Amino acid sequence: MTAFNRNIAGAAILGAAAVLAAGAAISPVAQAAEELNALVWCDHTDPALIEPFEKKHGVKVNLKEYEGTGAALAIIEQSRPGDWDVFVIDGVDVPRVADAGLLAELPADQMPLDDVFPAVQMRDVTIRDGKMYAIMEKFGYNVISYNKAKVDPADMRDLNTLWSDKYKGRIAVYDYYIPLMDLVALKMGMKPSDITADKLPAMKAELFKLKENSVMVGEVVSSTTALATGEADILIGGGEWAVAVMQAENPDLDWVLPDQGGILWSQSLAVFKDSKKKDLAIEFVKYVMSPEGQAHLATSSCFWGMPANAKAGAVLTDAQKKGLRWDEQEKFLANSHRYFIPDAELDGQMLDVWTEFLQH
Amino acid sequence: MTTSPRSRRESARAWGFLFPALAWTAAFFAMPLAIMALYSIWQRVGMKLVREPSLVNYEKFFAKSYLLQSLVNSIEVTAIVTIVSVLLAYPLAWILAEKVPPRWQRLALIMAILPFWTSYLVRSYSWLLVLSEGGILSNWLLAMGITDDPVSFANNRGAVVVGFVHFFVMLLTLTIYANLVQLPPSYRKAAADLGAGPVRTFIHVILPLTLPGIMVGAFLTFVLCIGDYITPQILGGNRELLLPQTIMLQIGRRSDFPMASALAMVLMLVVTVVYFGFARWLKLERM
Repeated sequence: MTAFNRNIAGAAILGAAAVLAAGAAISPVAQAAEELNALVWCDHTDPALIEPFEKKHGVKVNLKEYEGTGAALAIIEQSRPGDWDVFVIDGVDVPRVADAGLLAELPADQMPLDDVFPAVQMRDVTIRDGKMYAIMEKFGYNVISYNKAKVDPADMRDLNTLWSDKYKGRIAVYDYYIPLMDLVALKMGMKPSDITADKLPAMKAELFKLKENSVMVGEVVSSTTALATGEADILIGGGEWAVAVMQAENPDLDWVLPDQGGILWSQSLAVFKDSKKKDLAIEFVKYVMSPEGQAHLATSSCFWGMPANAKAGAVLTDAQKKGLRWDEQEKFLANSHRYFIPDAELDGQMLDVWTEFLQH
Repeated sequence: MTTSPRSRRESARAWGFLFPALAWTAAFFAMPLAIMALYSIWQRVGMKLVREPSLVNYEKFFAKSYLLQSLVNSIEVTAIVTIVSVLLAYPLAWILAEKVPPRWQRLALIMAILPFWTSYLVRSYSWLLVLSEGGILSNWLLAMGITDDPVSFANNRGAVVVGFVHFFVMLLTLTIYANLVQLPPSYRKAAADLGAGPVRTFIHVILPLTLPGIMVGAFLTFVLCIGDYITPQILGGNRELLLPQTIMLQIGRRSDFPMASALAMVLMLVVTVVYFGFARWLKLERM
């Protein structure tokens, strides 16, 4: 081997080492033994929630935030087995992920299942073949948020008002087709679970009318910003998650379940089957499900939502409970419908309708 | 004919120097592109990826008018942004190169590119605060008595264009400025000696010589703008969809990477066609 070739080979080795080092550095998952890797929604990134667990166990929790189950599945597909330990997932998507063999069984006897509000335990989705794969940690509603200084609160109790001309150009629409099309179903006098392919043309017409009345359609940050800046006075699809964080600064922001009913959103906590730190991951689940963990999660700086564990009520302040409408939950839950999860074919058709709505 | 050992060594040295760039391009461009092309001819059915070659994703794109419209919207917005950015950047670059004293030019350039130093995301949200109904612009119009009611300039195509132009004017200013400062003053003096006025000198001498800078900047603007997701998502209010937004819709919940890949390949095709349109100007020696 010539000196020149040695230099080239040396450079190649150094280059490879640099690539490997860079790869390790940019990997979403650090490999230290005392680290836990969690794929989460943004409410879990609040240090007030994470730091007490880190201090108690002397570990570092690496958080990767995602939006949309599809995006999470893509991240998992691109990761190696064992990269991830904890998974925060849309409650209604647990069966889809559990059936794909991604989740570990949770020790049901160590989970405070009996303390979880009965209406959000959702055992039919968290338990598969007698095994518990997830536990509901937080819930809330996709309903109507509004600025009561600008609109008549009584109007907000009827979905039909948003389709009339009264608030034309004052409405923001939350950009997620599942809860929004569920709300359209309620407006049409159907249950979300009644949505079928043959109902989609009529639903599309309703969506087009809503688009004509709206000023914008936006994801979480954009739609709540629209309310905050006065760009919109009403957010359809909003709820406590959209306004509770801002109520201290603007007490006029409020939310309500319309008489036609609300759409219940839920998020759950699970442990990955291939996790190499299952014990620590389960400790994390237990911490988040404890009354203290639940109170922090419910009032996360990213978005608020009802804690699934009813015992969190003893930790939350009266003002926090007021923002969450704690005392009205029984009534709200009774008048709410879970996200309707269509089969893959209908899901594709609904997304097509939603895309057409956005393009309208 | 055999090559000499020296020639072989030089060849090996050349390949050695080229290797990192080639490896980088292969690993981070050619291979991902090939994977994306492959995905685009597969299908997502339920939770499963069906690895059977098919053009069904492309057929769907061209058959559904609302999908095709997102490409039309993207091309329209990008064309408007590119033209407006060039029209604003040229005078700015001219002032920087010709009117600002040389000792102040460096500072002026830094001032011009200051917006690059802030986060792109933050910059887009900042525009929302300027353009929205309760925003700075509306409040100013109210204070000046120009309007009696708050006005919103956000959540429409105009807001998207403003957000893009703010960013790309800086980019174009730099490429055009780089061209302008290389022009020897003697060219203009020669044109004046031959009787050309300032306008004729600009049209027949300055503009043709700065065209490479304009074209390079315009091409970069086009490529970066047509593939951008953040600005239309934040400032457009989903009043219409651009192609990157349609791509993201496929992934959000359904994880339909094959359809998203097919749309991305269409986007690549558009960029490639535009590249060939600009190709004659995209040569470093012309800069």
